[in-house]
Amino acid sequence: MGLLSDPNRRRALTKLLTRLNAPICVMCYLAGVAWFMGLAFEPFTLRTYMSENAMGSTMVEERFPAGERALATGREFAAHKKKVGGMPVDWLVKTMQSRGLEVFTQSFTRKLPFPDENKERYMVRGTNVYGILRAPRAPRTEALVLSAPCSEGNNNNQAVGLLLGLAQYFRSQIHWAKDIIFLVNEHDLIGMQAWLEGYHHTNTTGGDWSPLQGRGGSIQAALSLELSSDVITSLDLVLEGLNGQLPNLDLANLFYAFCQKIGVLCTIQGKLQRNDWDTTSGYSHAAQTMMLMVLKQASGRPWGDHGLFLRYHIEAASIRGINSFRQYKTDTTTIGRLLEGMYRKLNNLLERLHQSYFFYLMPSLSRFVSIGYYMPAFGLLAVILLLRVSFHLWDNRGFYFYLTPSSPGVLSILTPVVISHMTGVALYTLPILSQEMAVQHFPVSETEAVVLTAIAIYTAGLALPHNTHRLLQGEGTEEGWRVLKLVALLYLAVLLGCTALINFSLGFILALSLVPIAAFITPHTPKALSAAIMVLLSPGCTLLYCVFVFQELQETPVSLQDGWMLFLSVISQGILDHALYGSLVYPLLALLIYPCWLLLWNILFWK
Amino acid sequence: MQAKAGQFFSSGHTNNWAVLVCTSRFWFNYRHVANTLSVYRSVKRLGIPDSHIVLMLADDMACNHRNPKPATVFSHKNMELNVYGDDVEVDYRGYEVTVENFLRVLTGRLPPSTPRSKRLLSDDHSNILIYLTGTSRWNGFLKFQDSEEISNVELADAFEQMWTKRRYNELLFIIDTCQGASMYERFYSPNLMALASSQVGEDSLSHQPDLAIGVHLMDRYTFYLLEFLEDIHPASTANMNDLFKVCPKSQCVSTPGHRTDLFLRDPGNVLITDFFGSVRKVEITMETINLTAPMVFSIEIIIKNYCNQ
Repeated sequence: MGLLSDPNRRRALTKLLTRLNAPICVMCYLAGVAWFMGLAFEPFTLRTYMSENAMGSTMVEERFPAGERALATGREFAAHKKKVGGMPVDWLVKTMQSRGLEVFTQSFTRKLPFPDENKERYMVRGTNVYGILRAPRAPRTEALVLSAPCSEGNNNNQAVGLLLGLAQYFRSQIHWAKDIIFLVNEHDLIGMQAWLEGYHHTNTTGGDWSPLQGRGGSIQAALSLELSSDVITSLDLVLEGLNGQLPNLDLANLFYAFCQKIGVLCTIQGKLQRNDWDTTSGYSHAAQTMMLMVLKQASGRPWGDHGLFLRYHIEAASIRGINSFRQYKTDTTTIGRLLEGMYRKLNNLLERLHQSYFFYLMPSLSRFVSIGYYMPAFGLLAVILLLRVSFHLWDNRGFYFYLTPSSPGVLSILTPVVISHMTGVALYTLPILSQEMAVQHFPVSETEAVVLTAIAIYTAGLALPHNTHRLLQGEGTEEGWRVLKLVALLYLAVLLGCTALINFSLGFILALSLVPIAAFITPHTPKALSAAIMVLLSPGCTLLYCVFVFQELQETPVSLQDGWMLFLSVISQGILDHALYGSLVYPLLALLIYPCWLLLWNILFWK
Repeated sequence: MQAKAGQFFSSGHTNNWAVLVCTSRFWFNYRHVANTLSVYRSVKRLGIPDSHIVLMLADDMACNHRNPKPATVFSHKNMELNVYGDDVEVDYRGYEVTVENFLRVLTGRLPPSTPRSKRLLSDDHSNILIYLTGTSRWNGFLKFQDSEEISNVELADAFEQMWTKRRYNELLFIIDTCQGASMYERFYSPNLMALASSQVGEDSLSHQPDLAIGVHLMDRYTFYLLEFLEDIHPASTANMNDLFKVCPKSQCVSTPGHRTDLFLRDPGNVLITDFFGSVRKVEITMETINLTAPMVFSIEIIIKNYCNQ
């Protein structure tokens, strides 16, 4: 008979699982962490390669000559920006028109839920300016986008100058098969969101914008340019977008191939590639790069203006020019040539980029790990939850324990679940709703009010179990907490599984902290120690550690005080991202993960 | 004199046809169209008229939006030779190049409304040159237009149909794709000679990367074939053995293959111009013909005289 259909063998298997459950769980956890850390080890990764046949090699002749003129245009833009005190719309419209583009503007207003430290006001008003270079011979069915943000102060002037210079150069070429849209957006992501919503006729986040007068067909790819200096030493590629979505790997491969061809230093996460993978420092460098990507992806916020394109299935990336203290400098003409080469290759595309991977991690710009290789790390962590479910089902009492007379009532299980979720709902809605009241009673700004309310509700949830039992009549039974634990384990497994499918980094980081406590919490463990561990591994504290680790990895370590302020600003940014762009991290943590953790907290204090 | 005249008729063909097919579309397959057009140019130069050439191009490269030099197709990276020219006549274009149309052209089973330019009106004294180029990833198949394939068995059966219907005297089949030799493995009809650019398991490589246009302009085998054909003129006596030597492994990286076991004559006796050119046979007659007799009658005499030779 087979292994599972033979009752004797099945009993032996279940006995083995129940006897060795704890050691197997610990081993799985360590194996999962080891697998994850091993992903950065170079022999386990694959070299990147161009998958799209139509883009082929970098076989193209780049002839962009006008780098100096682009810088002059950038200086003119800076002067006009200073004069107007914001976006020089008229000057931009006139300049784009003189370059032969079809120019349109879009004005937008956005009401923020609370004024954050950057904007300091409730209403944000702005204008986007974009010019369309029509393809000379092609039907207007497809488009490419090149965008540069209009930022305050002295930032990104060179980017706008280069954008206008490229527009003039591209206008004289006849080999464009797609329309090219040159976009200058105001207020970074808010303007970009308004433009994209107007372009695609959707309104998911409740902004107010004027409809777009001119369109260019379906957008195949987009690049966002950030350049703040006349010469650069390296180009940084930013891939992470909203909700941890990544563009197709072929876009990164294209960028890397052209950097190699033209001879520009290129980095990812601001880190240069190293060749010594077999040394400890080489390995740790790759691991740091990968960890930075994981943390950025887990945060769910778009790390460049390109991040909002991904939602519309448009492959987009941001290219940032960095001027550090290296000796070899690259001038604007070379950057222009690199962009020209990339756009000529994107011009050859016949379909959207789809041949390469959409889910990957990059320990360096020339190496990647695909989903098939990194998912087992999460799988090993998720299997621990299932092992504990099996343990609780088959523990000593056999299969049918829940039909014994002392089975718990539905109410005693349902009450903690409902109360936990209502606390989650409170955590989600109250901070923004009650900011008025908080500002009246306490001497804090609106942002601080929102964040501190959130933290207050979070901590108040810790007092729940003591109060829940006042509501219930009688005491909870031994069976009660077991059933509740089963529910919590299954709930957590489904939640983490779904999260990991969409955003592997977020799912993995949450699993790292929540799976141990979910696995081993019972009312019989020593209360004080377990409570301390649970608080230390709660989602809020995990976020705090991530902030410190992130700063450490970026080689800008912070003191505890600064770290705490950074933590508060991260929470406010998360709430703001959710309200403005539809980021799902804050609702996920508040409405689903936090109640799940509260359920486990309830189990700990079960009487 | 008589003996020399006799030599002219040793091949037994009286007219030449060419069927030149490019099976792949998309801008990055520019080189396949350039291949076909180069062979078209050579064949026209050596004498086969447009009425005897069936040219099938699966995509329009000259007017593609991405072509920086519109209305041209170049075969050499210094843009020396525009093989598209002003007088190209494409018989099957774009989506008309399908397996079904190709086989119908070969076997002659076309609907009565098909114009003459789209038909292969060969007879049993025709020498036909068939040139195929495209992409092929598998052993024994040639991909047409990204969505269908022709197999080597289908091709062999088509040629057998042609033989049974007496649609050719001798047939030269040239194929320039990856694993090209697999396409002629299954031939079984007489008087077929085949050349391929690579053996089974080998890839045919491209040549001539052009940075201004942004694509490869030619494939290696056809590039060297074209170079070889540039030296051929209508009176040339080069034979098939020279053609087999075109593009050795040192230049082509792949190993060109050929098959002559079904061919009745010795390849050394077969002139290149038997297939690539349209050498008009001059028939010397010693008789006088009275042209004042009624037209029909005199034509009958001429035909009788001709057939008796």
